[in-house]
Amino acid sequence: MNWGSILDNTLSFMLSPETIGFMLAALGLAVHFGYAGLLNFGMAGFMAIGAYGYAISILSFGFPWWAAMLVSIVGAVIFAILLGIPTLKLRGDYLAIVTIAAAEIVRLLFQSRVFDEWTNSADGLGGYHDSFRSANPIPEGTFGIGPWEFTSDQWWSRLFGLFLVALGLLLVWLLMRSPWGRVLKGIREDEDAVRSLGKNVYLYKMQALIIGGVLGALGGVVIALPSAVIPQYYLPSLTFFVWTALLLGGAATLFGPILGAVLYWGVMAFLAGLLPAMANEGWLPMSSTAAGNFRFVLVGLALMLLVAFRPQGLLGNKKEMTFVK
Amino acid sequence: MTTIGSLRRRRSAPRASGASTPAPGPQHTSPWRGLWLIVVTFFVVILQAAAPATAQGDGSQVNVEEHDQNIVANVRYNNEPVAEVRVVVSGGGYEAEAVTNERGQVRIGVPTTDPYEVLLDEETLPEGVTVEGENPITVAFGSQFFAPANFFLGEDVRETASFMSQFIERFFNGINFGLMLALASIGLSLIFGTTGLTNFAHAEMVTFGAIIALWMWNLGLPILLAIVVAVIASGLFGWSFDAALWRPLRRRGIGLVQMMILTIGASLAGRYIFLIFIGGGTSQLPGTGGVRHQIFGPVKLSTVDMVSMGLSLLVLLAVSYWLLRTRIGKATRAVADNRQLASASGIDVESVTRIVWVIGGALAGLSGVLWAYFRPGIKWDMGVQILLLIFAAVVLGGLGTAFGALIGSLVIGILVEVSTLWIPSDIKYVGALGVLVIVLLFRPQGLLGRRERVG
Repeated sequence: MNWGSILDNTLSFMLSPETIGFMLAALGLAVHFGYAGLLNFGMAGFMAIGAYGYAISILSFGFPWWAAMLVSIVGAVIFAILLGIPTLKLRGDYLAIVTIAAAEIVRLLFQSRVFDEWTNSADGLGGYHDSFRSANPIPEGTFGIGPWEFTSDQWWSRLFGLFLVALGLLLVWLLMRSPWGRVLKGIREDEDAVRSLGKNVYLYKMQALIIGGVLGALGGVVIALPSAVIPQYYLPSLTFFVWTALLLGGAATLFGPILGAVLYWGVMAFLAGLLPAMANEGWLPMSSTAAGNFRFVLVGLALMLLVAFRPQGLLGNKKEMTFVK
Repeated sequence: MTTIGSLRRRRSAPRASGASTPAPGPQHTSPWRGLWLIVVTFFVVILQAAAPATAQGDGSQVNVEEHDQNIVANVRYNNEPVAEVRVVVSGGGYEAEAVTNERGQVRIGVPTTDPYEVLLDEETLPEGVTVEGENPITVAFGSQFFAPANFFLGEDVRETASFMSQFIERFFNGINFGLMLALASIGLSLIFGTTGLTNFAHAEMVTFGAIIALWMWNLGLPILLAIVVAVIASGLFGWSFDAALWRPLRRRGIGLVQMMILTIGASLAGRYIFLIFIGGGTSQLPGTGGVRHQIFGPVKLSTVDMVSMGLSLLVLLAVSYWLLRTRIGKATRAVADNRQLASASGIDVESVTRIVWVIGGALAGLSGVLWAYFRPGIKWDMGVQILLLIFAAVVLGGLGTAFGALIGSLVIGILVEVSTLWIPSDIKYVGALGVLVIVLLFRPQGLLGRRERVG
């Protein structure tokens, strides 16, 4: 077993665009669930809209990369409004079912052959990288140390993603210490109490849904930046992976989503190296492919254990999670 | 880093293709098949006669000598090769076309190992035949210098039957599908009613039944006995699921939102355990597909379809009788209506909950077996594919009401099947999920639910 390469891959993946995208998506989910108490199980839909909005704007309409990102943001805002209108007045479990259904509608539409001209149906989209790479200010070459040695283009997508994460953190931090944020937390704790103070609960929830959704869409963009957009990636399980990352770090905390995403992908990458290697050595009674899939069983178990025994996550405060009932 | 990236992608690739290319196995038989065989034979004869004239230089081998990499496309209908079909390969500014030979094959050379798009020109297909699954297919070269692209053809039903007869046929298919959904929905709705739990892991209970049936059959049991064992095992599974997990958690007084996320964790874990045990492929139960008998008018049903519908009806009637006439059934409805009140009137709520889990599990297991016949095929994530339809049915009928779930399932089942008359079949679930959203907008308590439940 090659411990060096497993460890190398793990550390490298903790700074991958996928991890950074998960940071943003988990941060958006923190706004939804941790701060507003909204059970959004449709984050994959927001991420798909972000990624497809970006890719289609560039490929079909020839937008520059920054305009394509604006399209993603607008797409997420529209989706949040459409999603919020029928659902935000409903109880939590209804919201959960509808958001997951809405995300599936989005995925099925992107995957359908009906819009093949723009979405390339099940095969997904690729080859939209030129515009973003041409804006790369980093000189050619390979930089970094140890496992974090990347080319100029690889650094550019990572640093840009981290820049978005920093912006998102600043935004959420400022919002949650403002009066607006306090009202939002009030809604989370006791909706009726806030309503009796004359606040328009519906509007606050809608704003939270939009802000979190935009963060999720940007997460989708960051994941898609260096790679491709494939509809099968945006299955409901993607949402649940983001949930696992969020609950791992702490749902109602600022840095919980960041820590959660890094740990989630660190552990996943580690197991992706370790488990097949163990199967090959004969230490596990299964094929190496099955061993690779075994880590998703562990994700499910981790999600269950977290929710049952430490719903506040690693960084959270149990008092902040009394709304989870 | 790249290894993990590619690992992830490779994992998703077979799923993508599995979802979009239907298994070639169970084709519907029809008069067209006979006619088609004649057409194929005709072409074969013609081509063989013409062979000496076009040997080597025939239109099925294009640029093979010029380029190292070859794309080989096979065009097959009911496992018979189809000749004289135009296939176009394009990508990276390169384009070439060829016409299939009597083996239904073309071989086209391409200049690079980049992915290419292989398009089958449907205009050149014989009448009444269309491509099932992907068209165009994107092929990528692995380490080899040739890449296959297989096209499977099917009947083009739209052009061969009148609207009314199609409507009736889809309608019956929809009832079949709806009855199967109802089995799963009633269990889900009862579990929600009695415990307040929104059980996302219900999908895995569906898959569980199908997998046990397959295993029992592989062990040599006759299929009907295998199904009975699967249903019993599913009931036991439901019971142990409750006993091992949900009862202790209810005792701890854990919140409903936490419980819901717990079911999601259980669903993920369960699904991937299935994947580890049965692999990513699709297996068939015996008797899948089969000959479709003409019942009346345009309605054609296979023996399996009829048995499946009859069985669902019988079980649903039995469940209705149980709910309406027996003491335990009445107690169950009372608990579903109001847990505290039922408890105060002397009903043993915990034992009712246990029974509901057993029945819910058994019904889900049976619906899994029937879903395996309807899809057709057993796959590790088959339950999740209909989970949202089950939820749509339950919400449409009214969360927590057993008969609402039954009506909701029939509506959703018929809607999904009949809507394919107007919308492409790859977005047929979108309609059902759209109904879910619209119902919540206008009547969130569902058809049979009461306003207060929505809260």
